[in-house]
Amino acid sequence: MAGWSTHSGRAIALPLHNVDTDQLIPARFMSASRSEGYGKFLLHDMRFDADGAEIADFPLNRHEGASVLVAGRNFGSGSSREAAVYALVDAGITAVIAPNFGDIFASNAVNNGLLPARLPEHEVTQLIDSLADQSAAVLIDLRAGELRIGDQGYAFELDDSWRTKLINGWDDIDLTLNHEDQIQTFKDQRFQTTRWAWPAAQDQEPPSRRAQ
Amino acid sequence: MTHPRTLLDKLWSAHEILRREDGTSILWVDRHLVHEGSHHAFGKLAARGAKVTAPELTFAVVDHYAPTRNRDQIADPQISHMIDTLRKNAAQHGLRLFDLMDPAQGIVHVIGPEQGLTLPGLLINCGDSHTSTHGAFGAMAFGIGATEVAHVLATQTIWQKKPQSMRITVEGSLGPGVSAKDIALNWIARLGTGGAQGCAIEYAGNAVRDLSMEGRMTLCNLSIEGGARLGMVAPDEVTFAYLKGRPYAPKGDDWEAALADWANLRSDDGAKFDREVTLHGDDIAPTVTWGTSPEQALPVTENIPDPATLDPGKADAARAALDYMGLPIGRPLDGIQVDQVFVGSCTNGRIEDLRAAAAVMAGRKAKVPGMVSPGSAQVKAQAEQEGLDRIFTEAGLDWVAAGCSMCVGMNGDLVAPGKRCASSTNRNFRGRQGPGARTHLMSPAMVAAAAVTGTITDVRPLLHGRSV
Repeated sequence: MAGWSTHSGRAIALPLHNVDTDQLIPARFMSASRSEGYGKFLLHDMRFDADGAEIADFPLNRHEGASVLVAGRNFGSGSSREAAVYALVDAGITAVIAPNFGDIFASNAVNNGLLPARLPEHEVTQLIDSLADQSAAVLIDLRAGELRIGDQGYAFELDDSWRTKLINGWDDIDLTLNHEDQIQTFKDQRFQTTRWAWPAAQDQEPPSRRAQ
Repeated sequence: MTHPRTLLDKLWSAHEILRREDGTSILWVDRHLVHEGSHHAFGKLAARGAKVTAPELTFAVVDHYAPTRNRDQIADPQISHMIDTLRKNAAQHGLRLFDLMDPAQGIVHVIGPEQGLTLPGLLINCGDSHTSTHGAFGAMAFGIGATEVAHVLATQTIWQKKPQSMRITVEGSLGPGVSAKDIALNWIARLGTGGAQGCAIEYAGNAVRDLSMEGRMTLCNLSIEGGARLGMVAPDEVTFAYLKGRPYAPKGDDWEAALADWANLRSDDGAKFDREVTLHGDDIAPTVTWGTSPEQALPVTENIPDPATLDPGKADAARAALDYMGLPIGRPLDGIQVDQVFVGSCTNGRIEDLRAAAAVMAGRKAKVPGMVSPGSAQVKAQAEQEGLDRIFTEAGLDWVAAGCSMCVGMNGDLVAPGKRCASSTNRNFRGRQGPGARTHLMSPAMVAAAAVTGTITDVRPLLHGRSV
């Protein structure tokens, strides 16, 4: 994952609360391979009618090339499906601004370079009102924790460790492998003192699957 | 004297390998459960040329895409492909796979406990938000995304920041026909779907202690619907009795050692929680959802609310929900006609849930079609031994095989557009059970009441003179 520290793009409002992950990507699309691109699935059942025709006045259909969504409370609540983030990222979205986010969604977002920026609810409401059905230029500065939409600046909230991760684009597995010795020591100790925490051996299983 | 600690404090420190300066910790993962949806994570592992580091702690289950009928000849090639991919990944990495025809197959959050893979004191991860279910045993269990699943596969650890602690105490006792599902819908309606965001919930109080393991699992399962990271109940004799003798549970000396350790898995007297909420079990009525979010729930005796009377921040969402659900303001919930019913899911697909539904249905006919999908093949076998399957089929419902089924519809079990379903599941989101589907969440007993009357209705009068 490539890191980033500034973004310049277009923001639009998605004036809805509780945009859950089932709406971000309906379950029926989740068997697709990522290489197909998930952008076309984003908010599918809100963007298209039952016959598959585009609903013209849905915000994402009105504005091609939006890269920042401003949305209501509890964005990304629901399931742990990372595919919800893939759909956003593959549709060209770099940041979502909302009062709060589903916990699992937010960490999935950061793992894919998508910024979940928190602003106080009254500021989000004001932003949504001022954007209305238009798009506006947006500038995001991760290091400063600031964003600018039109001529208005906002300071957004983001966990420090997430900020670092978005900027560096680090891979957690590489980071963790730096601590391999400590992990092995912990595992050995736990196996010594807490043997019951390993699954009881099953007769039908080959010994190779037993704990070391 | 040491500082009194919460159950969360104890579990966290038992799994913390190290803590970075920014407060993020690496935690040891005792059990990792994967399913067909984990294909992205296996793909990431393959892309790095990595292998599963602890196959003995990793278990694979076919559930999300499991057909509930005609398993030996799956018609949909996409579904076969998803299941075959899991088979291939499990074989390649040497994982125990609970495959379609395995007598222990079932929904991951039903079979984990059933097999004794879920134990008090463990950290359990799965790429599924309802992993919170396993917290019913006093485990720290939470759902993770695909990148994190790949991380656990590769390292058997997970990076996390310690959540805040929250205690929900349910005093008193539940009335007849009122269940763990009703407790959950009540607190979520009160606090909202984001109400417990960033928190680890510990459920406590008499009404929680009195719940069976099945009820505790339902309660912990729904923690995520209130935004919580995880939910837990401190283990006790009910927990130990449930686990003893389960296939993967500790045996002999290990069992004794485990019991000694588990006795300490409770919040110390005087331990401080970041948040405390108290409910009274006696005040809780059978509850149903009327909208498209689990927080849009009310006692079945109430009327559909007027959005104008709600908190202004919730009014627009309520209007949109009523529009989607096709319901008028002020209409009593009792009497709303349903088109079909569903009993099943990781929330309410266990033996006790089927017994509760059967107690209502026995000797009665369903007025609408419906499906009963047990949470696991073992639950199915047990129910058949008890004759519950015949109660359902004689009433006119379909009795099918175990899986996630109509809760999420990935296996093709869908509610048709515009149809209204009384459902024992966990999410009434738009389109959750199929495009345009209208879902009303409720307990299995309430679903059974909806089946026999063809409407949403209070189950309590239907229980008169029956043992439940």
